[in-house]
Amino acid sequence: MCRSRIDRIAEVFLGAAAILAGGIVLLIVGFLFYGASPVLQSGEFPLLFTDREWQPTSDREPQFGIVPMLVGSVLVTVLAGSIAVPLGVAGAVFHQFYLPSLFKKWNRRALELLAGVPSVVFGFWGLMVLVPAINRMHPPGQSLLAAGLVLGLMILPMVALTSQVALDSVPREHLQAAAGLGIGRASTILRIALPCARPGIGAGAVLAIARAVGETMAVVMVCGNIANLPGSIFDPIRPITSTIVLEMGYATESHKALLYTAGLILVLVIAALAGWLAFHRNPEAVAK
Amino acid sequence: MKFIYKLITISVASLFAISCQDSAQDERITLTGSSTVAPVVADAAKAYEASHPEYRIDVQTGGSSRGIADAKSGLADMGMISRALKEEESDLTAHRIAVDGVCVITHDTNPIENLTRAQLIDIYTGKISNWKDVGGPAQEIVVVNKAAGRATLEVFLNYVGLDSADVQADVVAGENQQAIKTVAGNESAIGYVSIGAAASEADAGTAIKLVSCDGVPASTASVASGEFPITRPLQVVTLGEVSPAAAAFLEYLKSSQINDIIESHLYVPISN
Repeated sequence: MCRSRIDRIAEVFLGAAAILAGGIVLLIVGFLFYGASPVLQSGEFPLLFTDREWQPTSDREPQFGIVPMLVGSVLVTVLAGSIAVPLGVAGAVFHQFYLPSLFKKWNRRALELLAGVPSVVFGFWGLMVLVPAINRMHPPGQSLLAAGLVLGLMILPMVALTSQVALDSVPREHLQAAAGLGIGRASTILRIALPCARPGIGAGAVLAIARAVGETMAVVMVCGNIANLPGSIFDPIRPITSTIVLEMGYATESHKALLYTAGLILVLVIAALAGWLAFHRNPEAVAK
Repeated sequence: MKFIYKLITISVASLFAISCQDSAQDERITLTGSSTVAPVVADAAKAYEASHPEYRIDVQTGGSSRGIADAKSGLADMGMISRALKEEESDLTAHRIAVDGVCVITHDTNPIENLTRAQLIDIYTGKISNWKDVGGPAQEIVVVNKAAGRATLEVFLNYVGLDSADVQADVVAGENQQAIKTVAGNESAIGYVSIGAAASEADAGTAIKLVSCDGVPASTASVASGEFPITRPLQVVTLGEVSPAAAAFLEYLKSSQINDIIESHLYVPISN
């Protein structure tokens, strides 16, 4: 009797919490649609993909092309991922199989500390140290490369820590069997540990990359914010998030609606990415 | 279930209590807008609150465009802008409280001392892309521009007579501070920021240099004398009649009582 009452109370509360959490997402998306509605209704929407430049406040010839910024978001994310994922996984392998256990705790602590550094601090460091260094190689310094490096460093601890957990959960019997068969450490890692840990490593990498797409404060300081297609990694870029943070507080009416539309597109792109990954996810990962 | 109802009743009641708590006797004023004007108004508000304890003055930044929008929509009692009103904004009333100049800055190792308006136009449209063409070292110029909507951008474009689409920039910065840090970290960069911000940073040892414009040195003194060519008014805007409390604070802002505060921010007061 008493138990069923507790159950019912729990059901009400948990249900409310679940509806609230899901409802907030719907609210945000609904709000974005509402904010973007002037653009969606006026037929300006296709201009976002056909205009070549982003000049929303030009008096002479306003242009609303967001394709260079979408490309900027994608490129900086790919660069950050291709820096952080190999380094993070390699670091995790070293941590798991080579590092004496005496140092393991300290390595972990250091990574956790790196994960806790606020993004604005990464951005500041990038602006004061990394950008001048790149500028000496190839001006202007604020570039796709700088943004990718800063972002890569930011998501590196996430990749490394999740990879460590994944490698740690490889069944002991597999490793012992490999040792019993006289298989060397390198083959054990490459043929047994990494394939076993692949779903966990993959999930960690996806989480980190999703963070990289949306990261703003560090990127806006080092990417240069020029909304053109970059010709090389030394050219500045402008991800969508930077545009929103740079212009949102200063935009009026139609300009603001354009920024809402850009935000909506970014959310839809991330949702599509998440959906695609869920669809292609390794069934093993779901079972775990 | 009774327990849940009780909980809900208590939490709703306490929410009401919190929201009604302090509105009864206080005079609340909200100002939003330009990040250039806001620090001055915030200091003035602090001083005013000290002598008028019933006042609660809330100052928020977000740029001149936000100041205009919030004053029009009534979200704020007054907006703060760091430029003149445009034609389509004539329904608002502007109240000048100070003047500021926008100056061109370079890295302090750059030997350039002066740039003319024509040179600035060529540099910002990309016709001149190397410092040696204006008498400097053979180095590619890194052009730092401001993001769309910033008052410094509008004032600068107005002075050089360019449209925002004409500017060929290498870097776009948001706040004055970001532009200053970008130029300080790059020997071949050129940018433009508020003279007040630039002078105080240069005094504090940041590696930037204030460049003269058409032969007029960039300083608060040349802004005060009216010689410096790129200036902007720092203003508070209102829509129609404001509340008596807001009107009283507005009088204070326009009076000479805040001249010390204006000067401490390296802007130039107008009332004496």
